Amino acid sequence: MSTATDTVPASGAYEPGSHPDLAPPPGTTGPIRWMKDNLFSSPLSTVLTLISVYIVYTVVTSAGSWLVLDAVISADSREACQAIDSGACWAVIVSRFNLSIYGFYPDAERWRLNLAFILLFVALGPILFDNFPARKHMMKFSMAYPVIAYFLVVGGMGLEPVSTHLFGGVMLTLVIGLTGITCSLPIGILLALGRYSKLPVMRMVCTMFIEFIRGVPLIALLFVASVMLNYFLPPGVEFDLLFRVLIMVTFFASAYMAEVIRGGLQSMPKGQFEAADAMGLTYWQAMRLIILPQALKVSIPGIVNTFIGLYKDTTLVLIIGLLDVLGIMRSSLADPKWNGLAHEVYLYTAIFFFISCFAMSRYSLYLERKLHTGHKR
Amino acid sequence: MSTATVSSTDQGFSLLRLWRNKESRSVIIQIITVAVLFAFFAFLISNAATNLERIGKNYNFAFLWEASNYDISQTMIAYTSQSSNFQAMIVGILNTLMVAIFGIITATLLGFFMGVVRLSNNFVANRMVYCVIEFIRNVPVLLHIVLIYGIVVNVLPHPKAAMNLADTFFLSNRGLYFPAPEFGDAFIFVTISFVAGIIGAFLFARHAHKVQDDTGKALPVFWASLGFIIGLPVVVYFISGMPLEWIPATQGKFNLKGGMPLKPEFLALWLALSVYTACFIAEIVRAGIVAIDYGQTEAAHALGISSGRSTQLVIIPQALRVIIPPLTSQYLNLTKNSSLAIAVGYMDIMGTIGGVSLNQTGREMECMTIVLVLYLAMSLMISAFMNWYNSRIKLVER
Amino acid sequence: MIKTISGIAAFAAAAIVSAGVSAGTLDDVKARGELNCIVTTGLTGFAFTDENGRWDGFDASYCRGLAAAVLGSGEKVKFVPTTGKTRFTALNSGEGDALFRNTTITMSRDVDLKLTFLGVNYYDGQGFMVPNSLGVSSAKELDGASVCIQTGTTTELNLADFFRANGISYEPVAIETNEEGQTNYLAGRCDVYTTDASGLAATRATFDDPGAHTVLPEIISKEPLGPAVRQGDDQWADVVRWVLNVVVAAEELGITQANVDKLAKGTDNPSINRVLGTEGNFGELLGLDKDWAVRVIKTMGNYGENFDRNIGPSTAIALQRGLNAQWTDGGLMYSPPVR
Repeated sequence: MSTATDTVPASGAYEPGSHPDLAPPPGTTGPIRWMKDNLFSSPLSTVLTLISVYIVYTVVTSAGSWLVLDAVISADSREACQAIDSGACWAVIVSRFNLSIYGFYPDAERWRLNLAFILLFVALGPILFDNFPARKHMMKFSMAYPVIAYFLVVGGMGLEPVSTHLFGGVMLTLVIGLTGITCSLPIGILLALGRYSKLPVMRMVCTMFIEFIRGVPLIALLFVASVMLNYFLPPGVEFDLLFRVLIMVTFFASAYMAEVIRGGLQSMPKGQFEAADAMGLTYWQAMRLIILPQALKVSIPGIVNTFIGLYKDTTLVLIIGLLDVLGIMRSSLADPKWNGLAHEVYLYTAIFFFISCFAMSRYSLYLERKLHTGHKR
Repeated sequence: MSTATVSSTDQGFSLLRLWRNKESRSVIIQIITVAVLFAFFAFLISNAATNLERIGKNYNFAFLWEASNYDISQTMIAYTSQSSNFQAMIVGILNTLMVAIFGIITATLLGFFMGVVRLSNNFVANRMVYCVIEFIRNVPVLLHIVLIYGIVVNVLPHPKAAMNLADTFFLSNRGLYFPAPEFGDAFIFVTISFVAGIIGAFLFARHAHKVQDDTGKALPVFWASLGFIIGLPVVVYFISGMPLEWIPATQGKFNLKGGMPLKPEFLALWLALSVYTACFIAEIVRAGIVAIDYGQTEAAHALGISSGRSTQLVIIPQALRVIIPPLTSQYLNLTKNSSLAIAVGYMDIMGTIGGVSLNQTGREMECMTIVLVLYLAMSLMISAFMNWYNSRIKLVER
Repeated sequence: MIKTISGIAAFAAAAIVSAGVSAGTLDDVKARGELNCIVTTGLTGFAFTDENGRWDGFDASYCRGLAAAVLGSGEKVKFVPTTGKTRFTALNSGEGDALFRNTTITMSRDVDLKLTFLGVNYYDGQGFMVPNSLGVSSAKELDGASVCIQTGTTTELNLADFFRANGISYEPVAIETNEEGQTNYLAGRCDVYTTDASGLAATRATFDDPGAHTVLPEIISKEPLGPAVRQGDDQWADVVRWVLNVVVAAEELGITQANVDKLAKGTDNPSINRVLGTEGNFGELLGLDKDWAVRVIKTMGNYGENFDRNIGPSTAIALQRGLNAQWTDGGLMYSPPVR
């Protein structure tokens, strides 16, 4: 900085307006000033900084050696792991990795899951990003995707059928999460419209449904699915457990979805409704052409957040005996070979969820920012 | 709908007209809805009746009064294996309420703290809290519960080597032991003075409010209330001869004996729910405070209101208005998530009446009905309370 | 509109896995081509999944044997893993056809839970396991101990009774599955682990140092373990009961997995011939074919073979036959004659 000031000639040597910018006074920029502002601005702040640095240092050093430096990647059992080094025994994850992704899905058919997973991104692309190439045509594929995925995963149409009890791991998590969200969107829209409707009976029925579902925990609903639902079906008709769980998860998600969309509906200025009426549109025309497109656009971040919540909640199915990614990893703890490696197993699952949920919440933030500009009232 | 149009062609021109008329159409739609719903529920109930009969079961709640035959480790009321299933249910309800209330309190405190740190300009603390929040929020709460339980059980020492604070508090993998209070007879006076203190503080606050309205003079409400609620009972406590003793736990053959234990199951559930919910609350608090225009602070300062008073009288009341609705749903979530107790064997509603009682008596329908009704009632009470509070602090638009 | 609705209906119908009038479980299973067999979520030796996800074990073998009898192949089984809590509901709600999950036969389960028990495949009793370091030699010394106990089991009720009868206190630590119990016990969350003695032995076998743990001498209950089916379907109950009996009879008659094919060609022993279907038409009476027992034994072996392979002295679990020996060897395994 001092060199910069030295080279500046005396004032008056410049034409008016052409004086070069002076360097900022010393001590107002640069790392030292930054630290003064952001780390040691007050005694309290200084204490906070010191404590934080200490915590970060302890966590990073102790976790670092356990997680990475002393960790064992390949071994046959926990004892073999411990014989090699004292850190984390990632060998359990390595040996169970395929199980944690595909569950008990037959080896020969796993390509179908891989294909369905790749197609999922092709289908999601046009929905998530509006600058996707050939978006209009790709949208048709997105609409057809649930059917394609159903046949790929369950079988039929010439593919070997795979029984649902073989589902497990990440694959089951995705099946429950995606089915829940796809089916709950239309139901949620109908419920929200019902709750916002002028017909008192409709409003009452929808409100009761939404409040009932939102009032009880998902785990209670899952128990209903596992112990009660079959009693309510005609004798002889049976749904398998996964199907019952999907029904309950869909109900659950649609109640929350309805509230998100209702928020969107409420944010519509009244003039929009009045204008639609003035145009002589019927109720459904007004909703379809005027209200919903705007209300849904506002609700998208909320919908994504509902999805994140639902996605995390899929772990609860392990309590009623479906082996999702957490359930299947937890059950591997019972294997005498890998007994007692709880930390590794839970950490792996936590990281899996963190990566997928964090990515989704970033997307939701991106959307919020994007929508914010176009929709300021 | 189709029947209406078909029949309208010959016998009822009026039916078609009814359908065309907006008001009568809405009545028809509603009647049809009610009929369909009614038929649907009748169908479900008749199925249930047939199915129950087929396997020779009935639907009655007499089992509630029979002995439960199982033991529960953490109970707030007297309970043995000879107590009825109904008492087991009460134990479950109390345990759920306990973890929910504890959880709500700690989650709120922790959440506000983290929210404020997130607003501070201290880079390291801010970033660290941000990372913690993002990591915890994006991992399922069930995983937190089993992880914390695993840590409590595996990492904490055996009770024989319990961590010990002044021979009063003990922490081991069998739980956190507080000393148990033993109340003398005279303790009743302390209780009475405490209640009297609350009433006194309330009356004083009203008086102070009136004085301020009339004269503009602000009385020290906070300190006076503190004196009434804490000071008065403390004085009475010493006058009545200290009728309260704290008896710490002692080492037994297997476990610590006596004291007031918080079991690992409770600790894990409580910590996991608090931390998980606190991360959401932190973001809500941050958003609520950020939402208040800085002009409000400047305006308050311009009016000569001191910095502390302006936060208390200008910023917080406005921020609360933004914070309360999402906070309510977080409280509801925490209460509902407490049902995950089942993953660690904490005996809450799902563990007692919805778990062991259900299994030992084989009465799925009755037990699940009770569970659903209980949770629904709890959720409705929390939202009713928060709605009431919300309407109290709502901006009165004129 | 109608098209979309019917489309949705067809889609929903495709998702329903099994529909149809339930004439009887046997016909249902045959029509489905798969046996839904309820087992535990995992108990070494009795029912557990190996690294390839295949179910194996003493109880799981019975599932395979039953499937072989009814459907002709021991692979046509769908295993329904359940906890102590969910098993009866799984059976009563029709999720499973038969329950082979080390379940104790009790009067209330038989009468009140509307189950039909078909006999005993393992005579067991509830025991306690403690670490040697505690220096406990009798269950009566356990006053004040923390006890890990699986919820929803008879052991939970026995435990409450035992401590009440002896006037001593304990802290119950409720767990869902054996694996949780094992984890909590090893971590020291509880001092004592209690379950059926066979389960204790199976669990102890998986420890790093089994010698550091003792199973206390007291057996506080009778735990006759056996399969169950829903009440009110006698034909299906008969099928399961005779699968259970025929493996015991096979051991008594010296029929093994290895020699069953040879013996099935016909022998001089009419008892063997009747079991293996070369004499009489017992299979048809059951609603099966005449080779049913041959397939059962070929799939799972006779009682002794199944025992030795999964939980016997040569395995890590190392259970002695004890009460479960043939009646001719002083045990309780006694099959009614096939005639």
